[in-house]
Amino acid sequence: MITKRALVGVAAAAALAVGLSACAAPDAPASDVDAATATSAEDFGGLDALIAAAEAEGELNVIALPDNWANYGEIKALFEETYDIVINDADPDISSAEEIAAADNLRGQDTAPDVFDLGTAVTLDSLDYFAPYQVANWDEIPEANKEATGLWVNDYTGSMSIGYNSNEVPKPTSLDDLLGDDYRGAVALNGDPTQAGAAFAAVGLATVQNGGTLDDFQPGVDYFQKLNDAGNFIPVNATPATIASGETKVVFDWSYNNLAAAATVDGWEVTTLPGAVYTSFYNQAINKDAPNPAAARLWMEFLYSPAAQNLFIVGGAYPVTIQALQDAGTVDQDALDTLGALEGDLVTPTSDQAEAAAALLAAKWAAAIS
Amino acid sequence: MSRASKLAGPVRLGLAPSRVTRWIILGVVAVVFAVPLLSLLEFSLRDGFTGSYTLSHWTGLFDPENARPYRQLFQAIGNSFVLAAVTVGIVLVLLLPTMLLVHMSFPKLRRVLEFICIIPITVPAIVLVVGLAPVYSVVVKIFGSGTWTLALAYGILVLPYAYRAIQSNLDGVPVVTLSEAARSLGAGWPTVVWRVLLPNLRRGVLAAAFITVAVVLGEFTLASLLNRRNLQTAILQISSSDPWISAILALIALAFAFVLLLIIGRLGAVGNRNQS
Amino acid sequence: MTVADTAALVADAAGDTPRRHPVAEPSPRRRRGGLAKYFGLTPFALYVLLFLAIPTVLAVSTGFFTEDGAFTFDNILGIFEPTVLATFGSSFWVSAVTAVIGAVVGALVCYAMLGTKSSGALRTIVDSATSVLAQFGGIMLAFAFIAAIGSQGLITTWLADNAGVDIYENGVWLYQVPGLLPVYVYFQVPLMIITFLPALEGLKSQWAEANATLGGTRWTYWTRIAGPVLAPSFIGSLLLLFANAFSSYATAAALISQGSQIVPLQIRSALISETVLGRENMAGALALGMIVVMVVVMWGYSVLAARTSRWQR
Repeated sequence: MITKRALVGVAAAAALAVGLSACAAPDAPASDVDAATATSAEDFGGLDALIAAAEAEGELNVIALPDNWANYGEIKALFEETYDIVINDADPDISSAEEIAAADNLRGQDTAPDVFDLGTAVTLDSLDYFAPYQVANWDEIPEANKEATGLWVNDYTGSMSIGYNSNEVPKPTSLDDLLGDDYRGAVALNGDPTQAGAAFAAVGLATVQNGGTLDDFQPGVDYFQKLNDAGNFIPVNATPATIASGETKVVFDWSYNNLAAAATVDGWEVTTLPGAVYTSFYNQAINKDAPNPAAARLWMEFLYSPAAQNLFIVGGAYPVTIQALQDAGTVDQDALDTLGALEGDLVTPTSDQAEAAAALLAAKWAAAIS
Repeated sequence: MSRASKLAGPVRLGLAPSRVTRWIILGVVAVVFAVPLLSLLEFSLRDGFTGSYTLSHWTGLFDPENARPYRQLFQAIGNSFVLAAVTVGIVLVLLLPTMLLVHMSFPKLRRVLEFICIIPITVPAIVLVVGLAPVYSVVVKIFGSGTWTLALAYGILVLPYAYRAIQSNLDGVPVVTLSEAARSLGAGWPTVVWRVLLPNLRRGVLAAAFITVAVVLGEFTLASLLNRRNLQTAILQISSSDPWISAILALIALAFAFVLLLIIGRLGAVGNRNQS
Repeated sequence: MTVADTAALVADAAGDTPRRHPVAEPSPRRRRGGLAKYFGLTPFALYVLLFLAIPTVLAVSTGFFTEDGAFTFDNILGIFEPTVLATFGSSFWVSAVTAVIGAVVGALVCYAMLGTKSSGALRTIVDSATSVLAQFGGIMLAFAFIAAIGSQGLITTWLADNAGVDIYENGVWLYQVPGLLPVYVYFQVPLMIITFLPALEGLKSQWAEANATLGGTRWTYWTRIAGPVLAPSFIGSLLLLFANAFSSYATAAALISQGSQIVPLQIRSALISETVLGRENMAGALALGMIVVMVVVMWGYSVLAARTSRWQR
């Protein structure tokens, strides 16, 4: 906090100096700053200048940010309250690959997305779409969680968890429990592992819980085949609606999704299996051809500020700056206590492992669960 | 003539079913089709897993906490109305005259027109948008990026349904005969179309208008992939946090479209009675 | 026009005999305005070119290029893999079955609507309800069916509790290809009613009277007069239903989340996958395959329609 205050003070002083010297410049916003090529708040002349430029644009186009995903609902609401910017929320249900497709389809139109929230595989495949930007508290983000020039930055992660209907089924303490009779026709995934990141992660969790490593997802595929043969697996997409209707009694999903469901539906509980814990960060990036470039950059600044990062914790996700927040004492301790610390044997796949696993699933998954 | 004796003739001739048959068929079909809707309703009244029922999800619609997405909803409803009107306009102004023209003057082109009007339904919207995107980037430059420009794509989407509805009617009307007769009595082409042909095609045109409005109100994929806001995308926004609200809003949207079409239908029926 | 033609025209205007609607060559009088007629076609042709032809060609042509933009036949050849061909077969089967069921049930409802006033309340209600239901699809329809006949659905539990019948004894078929059948029929039947009812209105009562006068029964009326007259519209509507089911994407995607057993789901996995990237152009090839199937079906239909429309003359 002290660091940030000092930074803002310096930036404000710099802004004042720049502003005084630019007094003669015309009134049009961002006239002497090309927001689309700015790589940090300094390029604007400080945070306040960035805010002014963003508010002059007045709108922010976001895509694929459902309200109940890692508490994005509250984050978007706080952004709109804090700044005079309207958020245009599009396509909450689409995948990361479709976000990039939307950027392609709408290039040059003012409904194109300004910022992306993507899974790792799609991020690494789409570097051409991003504009580099480093937020004010760049140094608080660990090296491993960002691209060197700021093309993409990790924003939050969860752990792969198991949600279950506590009224109907007992709490599973291990993967083998789920093979039992109590869970007949009960277990579902959030999508297809060959298409959706959450389901892919579920197979990854099954792999490491069954003694395998992330180099080879075969143990995970075998587990789900056993689950299917026992009649415990149903191939329906687990959504808040199917959870609420009781159709899917056990769901493998990110902890923040299951926790959001638990907050909505009384009786839905969440548990993380002991032992290996599968995690995967999502990534924030700015669209190179954003129609509202200043607003996009302000969104990044906002998202990595303590206010928004704490809201991720409330939503059940672990923000990337959590260590810095805890060190500075600005973390929302109550929320963190409710969530619990991210402990256990944390595993995350590298991009090579993910690619190999994707190829394996493409070849073996359909046959395994048919 | 009493109601019973009015029907006796056609029933005996085989032209119309007896009242019993009619109500059995309609009754069974109506019950079967009501089941999924009733299941949705029952789900929206459920109180989580407790097994009891509650109205809290319905009353929650008016909760001011949900006000943020509702701002978009009202704008989206307005957009959908405009889209429906423009699309019906496209059908009436572009498709209908072309169908008449082809039917009367270019009989060999009929199969071609039929094929053109069935292609839109064979390509899923999710693929079509890949091709529509470049076209729309040009459209946006000319017309701006207002949501109504989506109606141009919707006009294509409804072609199969509107074509089939109008053609079913057209097949039964001796268009050439009527127009020849009218022309030989001295009528100009506008009179022929407006006062001779269209009244005979009223049922088909009205059916086409109905299905057009229903398609536009229910269309989601194109609007969502081109990042425009219409009724269905707004509903999805609101329901992204609450499963019961999505069921409630779906039911409300269905009822809303149903009532709207009822109104249009009654207005059209009144016009029909005035004419005859 | 000859005297015979005029006489026949007059007779037809009186509605006495069912005769063919003149589809003969344009008479000399009409040919004079021929060029103007071609201009009449241009607005529609332009519209279709801009918003249908160009997008379709663009979308389908992506199937001929790799991710990097190089021309290739690999995507097209990918269609002939056994798994993909099997999905075309499944799609064809689902579409055909639901089209036939939808057409038959829809035609029955249309028959039940015969004799009602076309401006009456019942007709308006049916019109509105069918229009709305024909477009009720996607996620909400899938969820409505899950709520109704899912493994914890209303009907399922009622049947299990009261009739002792477990419809999912052999596995939950709702989330596999057979589960698509009831869901698709739900929007096929209303679509059939919408597109076929105007045709039934075209049945003239004079035909029925003539049939009765000549000693025919209701059976002969339907099989030898009304049936052949209605056949082109019926088959045309059947074709529309088939096409509707064949390309239906959102509903199937919401119901079947594992695997891609029908063509639109193959397209889904090519376009939206987060984990297996680089297959977007496959979607264009698959769309081309779907258009080819529709062309073949359309050709079959036009042959059939040409034969049945003989009865209209």
